[in-house]
Amino acid sequence: MNPHQLVFWILSAIAIGGALGVILSRNPVASVLFLIVTFFAVSGHYILLNAQFLAIVNIIVYAGAIMVLFLYVIMLMNLNGDVEPQKSKLLQFAGIISGGTLFLVLLAAFKTTQLTTTPINTTSSIGLISELGQVLFTRFVFPFEISSILFLSAMVGAVVIGKKD
Amino acid sequence: MPIQYYIFLSLALFSIGVMGTMMRRNAIIIFMCIELMLNAVNLLMVAFSNYWENSNAQIFVFFIMVVAAAEVAVGLAIITLVYRKVNSVDINILNRLKN
Repeated sequence: MNPHQLVFWILSAIAIGGALGVILSRNPVASVLFLIVTFFAVSGHYILLNAQFLAIVNIIVYAGAIMVLFLYVIMLMNLNGDVEPQKSKLLQFAGIISGGTLFLVLLAAFKTTQLTTTPINTTSSIGLISELGQVLFTRFVFPFEISSILFLSAMVGAVVIGKKD
Repeated sequence: MPIQYYIFLSLALFSIGVMGTMMRRNAIIIFMCIELMLNAVNLLMVAFSNYWENSNAQIFVFFIMVVAAAEVAVGLAIITLVYRKVNSVDINILNRLKN
């Protein structure tokens, strides 16, 4: 087992463990912290795939901005006690069964895909910021500008919805 | 690593997100599980971008992150507004959407 594979398995274990922590922990603040752990593990996977721009954007945007927003909302609502109501055991069991069934069906469907088993290229330069910038500002420059309008409308919407009436 | 391992890892993360969406009653946790599913899809897209040596998928991942950020801003504003009205984020109380 070479070091690359070892890092892959460790990061995968951290990601799946963090994801299970998100859905199993009773405390919402603990769920947010587990989700941040998962995002860091996914960023580690991006680095392994040599997608360095997305790795750093994932940390800055998801772990930095979005999760802080979640934490602020949870603290504003004072949800950090163990007062949260739970679904009945039957419904929780049904959720686990149906989610697990979805996993098994997708696994069976993807098991026989005819993909070559060549290892992932860990030295490709397509994930570097210079390459992505070239593509983003030539081919995808129109969607990029549109996304700024999306952000503006989301900002206006958040302010309008959130203001005291 | 072969691409299959990344497919299976993304499937596991996505299924855990689906399970969490169905198991929990707290609206914020359900929102976080949706973020988890988005991240599983992002990981798969980056893996396939590497597999096909094509950078378009990574641009799409960038746009998914943009849309997720906008969605979280509006969604959390709505949840805060609902909490101010009914003093709860329990979806069993929110299912009436009125009074």
